[in-house]
Formats: sequence, structure tokens, C-alpha cells
Amino acid sequence: MKALQFRRNLPRYAAARIAGGFVPGRGASAGPLNLVDIDPPTPPGPDWVKVRPRLSGICGSDLATVDGRSARYFEPLVSFPFVPGHEVVGDLDDGSRVVLEPVLGCVSRNLQPACPPCADGHLGNCQHTSFGDLEPGIQTGSCHDTGGGWATAFTAHPTQLHRVPDDLDDSAAVMVEPTACGIHAALAARVPDNAVVVVLGAGTLGQVSLAALRAFAAPRTILATARYPEQRRMAAALGADLVVAPDEVRRAVRRATGSRAIGAPAIGEASEGVVDRLTGGADVVVDCVGSSSSLADALAVVRPRGRIVLVGMPSEVTLELTPLWHREVELVGAYTYGTESLADGTTRRTFDLATDLVRDADLGRLVTATYPLSRYREALEHAAAAGRRGATKIAFDLRDEKERNDL
Amino acid sequence: MSNGRHLAPRPGFVLDVDRNSPPIVFHHGEGFRLEKLPAGRSRVIYPAEPLEGLTDPDGAIRHALDNPIGDSEPLRALLHAGMKLTVAFDDISLPLPPMRRPDIRQRVIEAVLDLAAEAGVDDVHLIAALAIHRRMTEDELRHAVGDRVYDAFAPDGRLYNHDAEDPDGMVVLGETPHGEDVQFNRRAAESDLVVYVNINLVAMDGGHKSTATGLSGYTGLRHHHNVHTMQSSRSFMDQENSALHASNWRMGKVIRDAGVKIFQIETTVNNDTFGREGPLALLQKREWEWSTRDRMQFLAMKAGLDVMPSSAKRKIFSSWQAPYALTSVQAGEVEAVHEVTTANVYRQHLVPVEGQTDVLTMGIPYICPYNVNSIMNPILVMCLGLGYFFNLYRGRPLVREGGVLIMSHPTAWEFHPVHHPSYIDFFEQVLADTTDPVEIERKYEKQFAEDEWYIHLYRNSYAYHGVHPFYMWYWGSHALQHLGRVVVVGGDPAAVRRMGFQPASTLQDALEMASDVVGPQPTVTHIKNPPILMADVS
Repeated sequence: MKALQFRRNLPRYAAARIAGGFVPGRGASAGPLNLVDIDPPTPPGPDWVKVRPRLSGICGSDLATVDGRSARYFEPLVSFPFVPGHEVVGDLDDGSRVVLEPVLGCVSRNLQPACPPCADGHLGNCQHTSFGDLEPGIQTGSCHDTGGGWATAFTAHPTQLHRVPDDLDDSAAVMVEPTACGIHAALAARVPDNAVVVVLGAGTLGQVSLAALRAFAAPRTILATARYPEQRRMAAALGADLVVAPDEVRRAVRRATGSRAIGAPAIGEASEGVVDRLTGGADVVVDCVGSSSSLADALAVVRPRGRIVLVGMPSEVTLELTPLWHREVELVGAYTYGTESLADGTTRRTFDLATDLVRDADLGRLVTATYPLSRYREALEHAAAAGRRGATKIAFDLRDEKERNDL
Repeated sequence: MSNGRHLAPRPGFVLDVDRNSPPIVFHHGEGFRLEKLPAGRSRVIYPAEPLEGLTDPDGAIRHALDNPIGDSEPLRALLHAGMKLTVAFDDISLPLPPMRRPDIRQRVIEAVLDLAAEAGVDDVHLIAALAIHRRMTEDELRHAVGDRVYDAFAPDGRLYNHDAEDPDGMVVLGETPHGEDVQFNRRAAESDLVVYVNINLVAMDGGHKSTATGLSGYTGLRHHHNVHTMQSSRSFMDQENSALHASNWRMGKVIRDAGVKIFQIETTVNNDTFGREGPLALLQKREWEWSTRDRMQFLAMKAGLDVMPSSAKRKIFSSWQAPYALTSVQAGEVEAVHEVTTANVYRQHLVPVEGQTDVLTMGIPYICPYNVNSIMNPILVMCLGLGYFFNLYRGRPLVREGGVLIMSHPTAWEFHPVHHPSYIDFFEQVLADTTDPVEIERKYEKQFAEDEWYIHLYRNSYAYHGVHPFYMWYWGSHALQHLGRVVVVGGDPAAVRRMGFQPASTLQDALEMASDVVGPQPTVTHIKNPPILMADVS
């Protein structure tokens, strides 16, 4: 089968880091990612099924891997060589279309009994990651044994698969996984009614988080940051009341919350009128970037006892944590999805909620361009420059791959 | 005559540009551009040369105080022991650039205080009538009133800045027949006499506007500092046809009827903005009269400025103080005084101009009323160009309806955070949403006007009030309504576009862009200002 495979190769990893540093996404040309012909993965167990991807999205975490920017934290949590790709809509041999819930929890790993989070449906919090019958890998797309979505086939446990309703086309379906991330973040934000919420970043995660906040919370105002015109337009369309440039966010939140502001004293310069941080601020900040800069913004604009939800995958960051301590701010992560407790007391699988939200908010429109596997370098560079090039989600389109139908 | 002083100052002048006309100096922020205007269809309006100043300013001031105009007794007759006297004076926004010491305000205030002392008046307060402008610093106040006055009154709190947001310091005196609240400084309202000390730089200044605006706050100002008023004025520099002035005059009547007695002292200065000697003197000369030395000096200055960091240039220009001379002083009843003042302003500024033009060009200088010792941010560029300069007409606008305005200014995306905090937000948030003054007023004005942080900074720091950038935008609303396009030459493209204007690299490019709107071979008029001129358009 045809696949994009990522191998452990330190010199090329370093080359990817250098190339990606110059041009985001360029790590695909210099790094350890290659288009290869390999055998389909062997099913790890009798229940496992073959999935033939139709569309397979490129995520920010994929780009970090390709450009050699992933945190070393993940080193023991992946198994080489692996095929990336965890945002997938594909076909089963019985002709049904499915989307992949890529997290590899206790059930997928054939671990009995399941750990408490898995038992409660919170697969993202699995306590047995990297153990069991599978090689390490927190998700399909980073585990050698399962393969991944950037291939004409991979293998999946049935509990990872969700049938796609007929009224959802492939573009919509491939957005279910990132949308589930956004919903999980919106619910983890515990937004008080009438709150002011800030969403930092207007890439895919930012956009789906906005849609989720509108659907699952009742904020008074949602303020979003966006760097590029199309991002601004889409953020407004998906529910942001106000969209500002990232370097304008501190002043914008001050205005939206009626807060006062403090300017850092500078030698020889007055600080009045400068907005370094707010004395009040937003009730909740959803950080869909995960950089030192975005986290610094989050801490500058969140109110005392406010909540910051970290959705964007961070790497190493440098951060002044004094405000976190002084203002008793909560900083919580929001990784993937599982089972959600809703305001009405019911619980639902995040993927089910995401399927509904993708349909209701027409999130399939976020898929802006698709590429065949053979043009993966262009695809990855496009994804890395998506905002600047007026795009949101870039995906591989495998529907016309010859090898796909030979399997 | 190529250099030196003339026996009598020459009036303003309209030059028809031909092939032999030299390039024209355009102000360009803290720099200059030399521009060649199209021959055969361009003209340049030059300001009048500086009128001769009064030879004995202090004597003229004393004479004015003793010989009031209109229904008023001499000042000394209005002063008596035990009375409460308030002396209010124009703030840092006048004159432009700041004048060399002694400032006219100092001369006038010292004369007033001498009379007050003679009469045994002890309860005297001096107030910088800044409305919702930023507070003046100690240095600025010292410059305006002089060290002697400052040291006598400031230490014990009798010389201070007006505070339009002091809940205990403001009163509403009443309402005009048009339903306009007349908000006023409480100390002034409760005084037996208010002496107002004015510097009338342009025809918009003075009259009832001195007190009805200068000693008011947002509650009062919103009735005339609004889009409707600005779009209904033809122009706001022509008080006979200005809705802004009509409102202030109505308020003046309410102030008078409320028992507030005002003794108005108004002064005018000449056009000696850049001096007859020194590095900037050639800005007051007509280009074809430049000597070789002038040309060399200008080219050297321009070359130096072109490579100098903007902060250094700003420092140099901010240090310039104009050698203005007093051309008239009159005192007494507000309206009678102001009539004479306006005639004296017109005597210096009015230049007869025949007919309108397709394209109006202007070089925007480094200073406007709201960036003294500060930064000329893009909103102020708009205000100076589309507000002040565009409205410096009597009769009809210099440019025809649907015509094009071309401004020259770097228009850097740069703000003074201490002086203009709400300007930054206005630029980032409001103009990113809309540039339509009506929409801006409806959607955002109240929010900014009542923002606690802005109010805190206005009262305790040196910030313009939160609503001030709105008024700057409204100031240009008549022009926005009238013009077909606005092009900025040499401006930061992002900042220019944020304001809804079009950036151009050169004047030639700008003229081509103008042709898209007004057709090929348009007529072009350049208003060469400052020194200040006001076009009397027939």
C-alpha cells in the first residue's frame, strides 16, 4: 500500500527542524517523512478491521512532528516507524463510511480491566498509554502497529470507529475529530453564564472551539484573535462577537470587560495608558495556540480566579507564572475527547456531539483544499501556511488512489 | 525680491503653475517633500505674510482691559475685594506650534492679576480650560502662564487643570431651547466673575466656544461635537455657517442667563510660524523666491531628516517655538469681542480663491492641536487634513463635491500610549469595524466615553478623554461626505487603509488614482498650510 511514513532518523529529524524553521511545513522535504510502498499493518487482534481512508486531515500536531518541533515528552509515547494521520473518514470493507476516534485506550490495547478513566469513557485520560498489546502510541497516527490515516489503509479497533450519517459528506466527516476536540475544550472551560470568553488563535482548533462555545455555553461575549482576513471572517461567522489581531488582544479584552489596565514600569518612560495586563479581565481564555506568547496573553487578560484552557498543543514554553499564583488563575489542559457531562445532567460521547455540531454549524466548509499523497510536500506547506493562504483545514484525498482499491 | 523682509506684508496669493514653476514644498510630518504639480491646470494657494505685531503688547493688553468692547465695564470696575474670581485660559492646543516666551497668556494673566491685586481680590483660581483634552504638565503650565504666576498659584492648588469628570466639580446650568445640556465647571459657575484668556489662532476658536466648550465635559460637548453638527457646518471655521458655533452660542446664552458673568479677553497672532530667520524660515518663503542658499539649506535639511529616526526628528520639531507676534487684543462682552477678533483673524488668514478644484492637495505638518509634545498618530492626520485643513474655507469647499483629497504624511501606525490610549483602541477596534462616522457614533461612542479606565487616565494621568478620538473622526465627517476619494502620499499603507483611504508612493501615483474618480487632466489646487491660510472661495 502507499503511505507517508515517519522513521526514526536523527540527522533527518535535525534537518527537518532546520528546514521547518525557515519555511513552516518544509520539514516534509528534508526530514524523515517519506512516501513509501509498504505492507498494510497486521491487525493486532481478531476484532480489528481495515479502514481505507477517504479524506485524512493534517493537524497542527502533525505539522509539529514533520517540522521537528514536537515536544520530547512524546518520545516514549510513539513507536517508529509510524504513519501519521488521525483525522480520518474512511471506508470499511462492508461499504460503510466511518470516522476514526484515534485515541488508543485500554480496550484497544486489550488491557483488562480498563483503567478508571477508560472505564468512565474518558479515553483521552487513559492511564495505561503505551502498555498492552500495542506498541507505544497515544493515538492511531503515532503507533507503529495501527498505521495511520496518511495511507491507503490502516487498521482500527471497532470501538474507535463511528459510522458516518449519510447526510454528512466526506469534508464534514473529516471535521468530526477536530470538532470533538473543540467541544471537549468548550466544556472543560466551564463557562459561567454571561461570561466574557477569549479564544486565542483562529486555526482549525480555534474555529471549532468557537463553534462549540456557541453551542455548549452561554457567554455574553466571545472575543477571538485572528491573524488573517479569512480567519477573521470565519471566526465571526462561527460566533465570535469581536475578532482582533493577536497583538491587539489585551486592549480588546480590557474594553470588552471594562477592566482597568496596568503598564509595566519602564525606565524613563511613563506606563500609564500602556496595557501590559488587566486588573480584571475575561472569565475564561481558551488558548488554541499553546505558545509562550499566547499563554502570556492568556495570563494577562484572564480575570482573578478565571480559567485558562490550553487546547493548542504546547511544546516547551517560557512563562512568567506569578500572575497564575497571584490571581489564583486555573490553567487546565484539554486533550482530545471521550465522554462529556452536559448541563442537563446527561452524558454523551464527544464524537456524537461533534457529529451534530459539524452538521449544525456547517463545519465541513473549513476543509479548504485537498491533495493526493504524492503531493504531500505541497500539502504540508499549504497546511503550515493555511491562515496566510486563506485556508483552514488541509487534507489528503485518498479516494482516487489506485492502491486503495487494490487492497 | 528674493530675501529679507518686505516693507509691508504681502497678502495671500494664488499661483498658477506653469512649466517654469519650481517644485513646491509639501509638509510631510517631521519632514518635507518637493513636488512638481502638473503645469497648466494646477495652482498653489500661499498664505499671507506675517502681519506686523503690536509694538507694545503689554500696553495694548492694559488698554483692552480698560476699554472693553460691547456691554461691559472695564475689568478694574468689575473687581472688588471679597469676590470670587476665576481666570480660565486656553490650553496646550493653542497656539501651534507653542510660542516663544513670554506666552500671550502670561502677559494677559499677569495684567489681570495686577488689577485683581489692586482691587484686593484674594479668592482667585486659574484654570486651564481644556475640556476633555489631556491635562497640561507643570512645564506646559509654566510656559503658558509664566513662572511667577505658576509659583504663586499652583503650590496651594489655585492653578490647575479643568477636570470634566470630577463629579463634584461640574454642574449643569440649564438647557438650550434645542435641548442641549449646558455643563460647566463648578468653580467658574460659582464665581462672581470669569475672565477668559484666549489665543485665537484660527477662526474656529474663541467666542462662546471658549467657555461653553473649554469649561464643559462630555455631557455638554456631545450636543455639538457630533456627526450631525459637523456635517451641517459649511464650514466649522466659518462661524456664520457653523452648526458647531450655533450650538456654542446657544449655550453661551444659557451660561449668561444662569448668572455667570464672563469678561472675555481675546488675542490674535500673526503668521510668523517658522520665523524670519533660522532653519525653518524658508517655509514662509515662496519657492521661486528662494535664494541659492535657501535651496542648499533646504536640500541639506531634507537629506538629514530623511535618514533621521522618527524619534529624533520628533524631538527636534517639538522643540520649535514660534516667534508669533500679537496682532490684536480685545476684551469685554463675549460676542462683541469675538466679532473684532474674527475680523483680525481673517485679516491674516483669508485668501480669495476663484472656484473649486477637482483635486485638493495638502502637506500635513508635524503638529496639530492634539499632539503637542506627543505623536501625530493616524487619527490626528485624518483630523488635521479632513477636519481642519479641509474646513479652512469660507463660501464653498476648495474641492468640488465628489473630488479627491490628496494628503502627504508618513501616517505611521504609532500612538502615544500616555496621551492617546483610547485612540489606540479606536484605531484597532472601531476603524477595523467601520469608518462611517454615523455608525461609529451610534455603535461605539457611549462605550468609550464612559469607560472607567479612560476616565481614570484622563483625570490622573495625561490622557485625552476616551471619547476624544471620536470627535477627531467626526471633525472629518463633512469632508468624508463631500469627497469621492482620499489618497495619502508616503503613508504607511496599512494605517492608511485602516482609515478607508488609499495609499500612494508618489504624488504622480496619487494623481493617477485621483483621475479614476474625477476624470483625466483634473484641476489641482495645493493649499500651502502652515503658515495658516483660509480660502475665501467664490
